Amino acid sequence: MAELNSKIPKGLLPQKWTDYKNHINLVNPPNKRKLEIIVVGTGLAGASAAASLAEMGFKVKNYCYQDSPRRAHSIAAQGGINAAKNYQNDGDSVYRLFYDTIKGGDYRAREANVYRLAEVSNSIIDQCVAQGVPFAREYGGLLDNRSFGGAQVSRTFYARGQTGQQLLIGAYSALSRQIKKGNVEMFTRHEMLDVVLVEGKARGIIVRNLVTGAIERHAAHAVVLATGGYGNVFFLSTNAMGSNATAIWKAHKRGAFFGNPCFTQIHPTCIPVHGDFQSKLTLMSESLRNDGRIWVPKKKEDAEKIRHGKLLPTAIAEEDRDYYLERRYPAFGNLVPRDVASRAAKERCDAGFGVGETGLAVYLDFSDSINRLGKSTIEARYGNLFQMYEKIVDENPYKTPMMIYPAVHYTMGGLWVDYELMTTVPGLFAIGEANFSDHGANRLGASALMQGLADGYFVLPYTIQNYLADQIRVPKFSTDLPEFKQTEKEATDRLQRLMNVKGNQTVDSFHRRLGLIMWDNVGMGRNEAGLKNAIVEIAKLREEFWKDVKISGEPNEINPELEKAGRVADFLELGELMARDALNRNESCGGHFREEYQTPEGEAMRNDEDFKYAAAWEYTGESAEPKLNKEILDYEFIEVKQRNYK
Amino acid sequence: MALAGLFLISFLVVHLSINLLLLFDDSRELFNIAAHFMGTNPVIQVFQIVLFGGIILHILLGIILQIQNWLARPTRYKVEGYSHTSFFSKFMIHTGAVILAFLVIHLFNFFFKAKFGELETVMIGNDSYEDMGILVIEKFKEFPYVIMYVVWLLFLGFHLDHAFHSALQSLGLNHSKYTPVAFGISRALAILIAGGFILIPVVIYITQ
Amino acid sequence: MNLTLKIWRQKNATSKGRFVTYKVNDISTSSSFLEMMDVLNESLVMKGEDPVAFDHDCREGICGACSMYINGHPHGPDKAVTTCQLHMRKFSDGETIVIEPWRARPFPVLKDLIVDRSAFDKIIQAGGYISVNTGGIPDANAIPIPKVKADLSMDAAACIGCGACVAACKNASAMLFVSAKVSQFALLPQGRIEAAERVQAMVAEMDKQGFGNCTNTGACEAECPKEISISNIARMNREFLSAKVCAPKVKEMNEGGG
Repeated sequence: MAELNSKIPKGLLPQKWTDYKNHINLVNPPNKRKLEIIVVGTGLAGASAAASLAEMGFKVKNYCYQDSPRRAHSIAAQGGINAAKNYQNDGDSVYRLFYDTIKGGDYRAREANVYRLAEVSNSIIDQCVAQGVPFAREYGGLLDNRSFGGAQVSRTFYARGQTGQQLLIGAYSALSRQIKKGNVEMFTRHEMLDVVLVEGKARGIIVRNLVTGAIERHAAHAVVLATGGYGNVFFLSTNAMGSNATAIWKAHKRGAFFGNPCFTQIHPTCIPVHGDFQSKLTLMSESLRNDGRIWVPKKKEDAEKIRHGKLLPTAIAEEDRDYYLERRYPAFGNLVPRDVASRAAKERCDAGFGVGETGLAVYLDFSDSINRLGKSTIEARYGNLFQMYEKIVDENPYKTPMMIYPAVHYTMGGLWVDYELMTTVPGLFAIGEANFSDHGANRLGASALMQGLADGYFVLPYTIQNYLADQIRVPKFSTDLPEFKQTEKEATDRLQRLMNVKGNQTVDSFHRRLGLIMWDNVGMGRNEAGLKNAIVEIAKLREEFWKDVKISGEPNEINPELEKAGRVADFLELGELMARDALNRNESCGGHFREEYQTPEGEAMRNDEDFKYAAAWEYTGESAEPKLNKEILDYEFIEVKQRNYK
Repeated sequence: MALAGLFLISFLVVHLSINLLLLFDDSRELFNIAAHFMGTNPVIQVFQIVLFGGIILHILLGIILQIQNWLARPTRYKVEGYSHTSFFSKFMIHTGAVILAFLVIHLFNFFFKAKFGELETVMIGNDSYEDMGILVIEKFKEFPYVIMYVVWLLFLGFHLDHAFHSALQSLGLNHSKYTPVAFGISRALAILIAGGFILIPVVIYITQ
Repeated sequence: MNLTLKIWRQKNATSKGRFVTYKVNDISTSSSFLEMMDVLNESLVMKGEDPVAFDHDCREGICGACSMYINGHPHGPDKAVTTCQLHMRKFSDGETIVIEPWRARPFPVLKDLIVDRSAFDKIIQAGGYISVNTGGIPDANAIPIPKVKADLSMDAAACIGCGACVAACKNASAMLFVSAKVSQFALLPQGRIEAAERVQAMVAEMDKQGFGNCTNTGACEAECPKEISISNIARMNREFLSAKVCAPKVKEMNEGGG
C-alpha cells in the first residue's frame, strides 16, 4: 500500500515554496494542449483551478451537481478572506498569518503548507481585485479590512456579508471565459460516483447525468477533487442541501487515505434550531462578533423565565448579564477562535443558563455598539445579516439581542494530501475543503476562502505539472478500457441495489437519525463511551438503511431521492470513520474536544507527546477495520505551545 | 422606440398649445392663423412627413417588440403577475392600439379635411384664411363625438403615463437625483396633455 | 396550519404538464417554504408517489438555485427573499397556494418546478468577466476606487442569478440580470477597459437566447430577492448606446480578445 510521504521541500521555511517552484518539472505549451485534467466541483477551489489550468493551456473538464457552476456552496461564505497585506499598518506579516493559522489549528497542521498558504494569500487579493471583485473600500479608495476570531490584527478583506459569493463569482467569471474559449468543457447537473484507476493511477471518473440519469465515463490524465467538506454527515449543518462526501469517500475506498476525519468545526454563531422539520442551519457571520457581545443571564432563574417567555432579554440589568467570553478570555474576548467560542456556549447552556425556547441559545447583543457607533454604522456593516436574521426568526436584532447557537460548519479533515496536494493515489489531487491540509484541528475565520483560492489559483496549477510532466507521452485514454467498464458497472449496480430495497423509510429519515447519533456522540463534546456507542449505532443504522430505505421514481430521470440516497449511504460509512478517528485521538485539540482530556477550568488539553500527528486512515475493505497511518508533524520553525487566548 | 416616442410627445405639446388657442380666442383668429401656418410653412411640411414616419416607426417597433415579448413566454402563468409595478406600463400595447384606432378617425375628421377638403374661408386683416376653427367647433357640438374624444384622450393619458421617464430609462438616462423628477414630469405630461385636449371638446360642447 | 397546494407537475422536458392539488397539514409557521415542501415530499414518498422536484441548495438565500413562482410572485409574496428564505408565517391557515415553475422560452422546464437556466451561463460566457489570467497582477491597492463607485458596483454584483427577474417580467426579459453584471464591471476602472466589447457581446447573447425586451415596467426590481435596481438597466442602455455609436469598428472578437 501507499507510503506516507508528505514531500515537504528541504530548506528554510520562507524559501521552501520558492525553491520548490524553481525546481519542479514543467510542461511546455504544446504538450499542455495534449493533457486533459478532470476537475470535480466548481467552488472556490474547483472553479479557480479549472480556470487557471485552462488559461495555462491544459484541456479541462469541469463537473458540478448544481445547475450552474456559480451555485457551489462557497457562495454562502459571508465574512471575508484573510491576507497578510498589512494594509492597516498593524504589524501583520506572512509570518504572523502563518503563526496564527498554525496556532488557531492547535498545532495539528503541516508547517510548510500553512506557510505557503500565508505566502500566496496576498496574491489572491490582487487577483480578485483585478477580476472586479467589489471588496469594501475606505473613502480614500483603498481596501478596507475587518478583524476576525483568533487574530490580533485586521487582515480580513470583505464584500459586505457576501464575500464568498463575490469571490466565487470572480472565479466563475474566469471559468466562464475559459468555457467560451473552449478550454474548459463544463458538465453541470453531473454528480461524480466513482474514480477510475488504471494501473494504479487516477485516470477518470464515473458520473451520473442528473437530468437523464445516464451513467457516463470520463477520462483524463489527472483527476482533481474539489468537492468540499462532509459536514452534512450531521444532517443539520450550514452546508448546502446537496453538499456531500461521495467523491472523496469513493476516492478513499479506491486507496486515498482520509486525513483527520474527526476534525469538525462547530461554528459558534448560527441561528438556533427551531423544530423537527428543520432542514438546515443558517450561519450568521463570525464578523458579527466584532461588534456584538455574547452573554447569558447570570442567574439561572432569569434564564428559566426567558425560556418560558416570561422575561425579555432587554429587561435584564447589566450586572445580571454574564459576558462569559469576556470574563474567561479577557485578551481576545468575543473574538476567541471558533472552537473555543462554541464550547463556551455549550458549557453555559448545559449548565442551565441557555435562552430561547429550547434553552440551546445564547445572546449576541449589539446594543452597546449601536449606542457607541450609531444604528447606521451597524446597518452598513451587518445590514444584510440582520435582515436575514429577521426573515428567519421574525425578531428585530436592532432592538432585541440575536440568539445564536453553535452548528456544524466546516470539516478540517478530508483526503490526506502531500505538499503537492496529491492524495495517496497517484494522479488524484484534492484541493480546498476536500483535503485535510492547512487548518489542523480548527480553522480560523476567513481562512477557508483563502485556502480554497490559494489551492486553486496558485498552488495546484504548479504542483500538478510536476506530476504531469512525465505523463506527456501517455496518449488520451479510451473510456472503453476494462477498468472504466468495471467501475461503471459497480456504480450502476449500487444504484440498482438502492432502488431495489423498496423499504418503508425515507432517505431523509435515515439521514436525520444519523445526524442525531453524530451530534450527540461525535459533536462538540466527545467521550470514549459515546464514541464506541456511535460506532455500533451507525453500523446498525447502515444495515437498516440497506434493508429498509424507500426510494420512489426511476433511476433514468431526475430523481432527487436517489441522489440523496447515494449520498446518505456514503455518510453512513464516513460517520463511522469519524467516530473511530475521534476515539483514537486521546486528547483534546481544536474542534476535537474529548471530555476526558480537559483542564480543571474546562480548557482543551492537548497531548503532543502521543498525538502530534495527522491521522491518515486507510480503507481495507467492506467489513475490515480501517488502518491508521501517522504523519508525524515536525515543527521545525515554531515553538509548539499550549493555546492560550486569555 | 424611445426617440420616436419623445418626438411624438413634443408634437403633442405643440398640437395642444395651438388647439388651446381656440378656447382663449372666441374670434378663432389666432387658431386659424396658427393652423394656416402649420398647413403651409415648408419647414412644418417637412416635419409633417417626419411626424408620420415617427408614428409609423413607433407603431411598428411597438408591434415587433410585443411579438418578441409574447414569444419569450410561450406558456403563460396560471396566476398572472401581482408584482408591484406601475399599472399602465403593462398595457402599452393595448392603450397604443386604442389610440391608433381613434387616430384614424381623427385624421379623417380633421387632418384630411383640412388638407384635401374644401373649408370655409374667413378674412383676418386683409388676408383670407381657411376657417379650421369652425370645423372643430361644429364637430364638438355633437355629443357622441365629445364622448368619443374624451375616451380616446383618456387612453392617450394612460399611454403617456409610462412614456417620458420610460423613454429616458431606455436611453440610459437614469440618475438617483433626477429620475424621480422624470417620473413627476411623466405623470404631469400625461395629465396636462390628456387634460388639456379633453378640455377643448368639453368646453366647446358646454359653451356652444 | 393547513394548506392546499396547486403544483405544476411535469414528468420531463418533453411531456405535457398539469396542475395537481395536494393538502398539507400541521405546518409550523416558523418553517420555511421549502421545509413545507419537504413535508409534502416525505408524504408523497411514503405513498409511493413521485415527489415534487424543485431546485434548491444552500437554503440561505444566496446560491440562487431555488425558483418557485408562488401565487403570482417569483419567490412568493414576501419582499427581498428567495423561496428558501420565505417563511410560512407569510401565509394564512387554509390558504390555497399555486406553485409554478419559472416561465420563459429560454428557461425550459426539465421536471416539475425545475427549469434549465443555462441561458444565464451562456450570457456570462459571452463577456461577463474581466479578461485577466491568474498571476502577474499589480498590488490590489494600486488602483484606488471611489467608495461610492465600489459600493454601487457591489449593489449590482449582489445578483444571485436566480432568474426571478425573468420570471416576473411580463416580457420574460433578462435585462436586470445582464445589466447587473454589465454595471458591476462598468463601474470599476478594471472593468472599463473592455466595457464596450462586453456590453455588446452580452446583449447580443441575451437576444440570441430568446429573452423578451425591457419595457421599463419594473416588475423585475420589485421581485428581485437582492433588490437590484433598474438603474442598472439604464446604465447598460447607456453603455450599449455609447458602445454602438462611439466604439471603433473592430473585427469579430478573436481568441485573444475574449
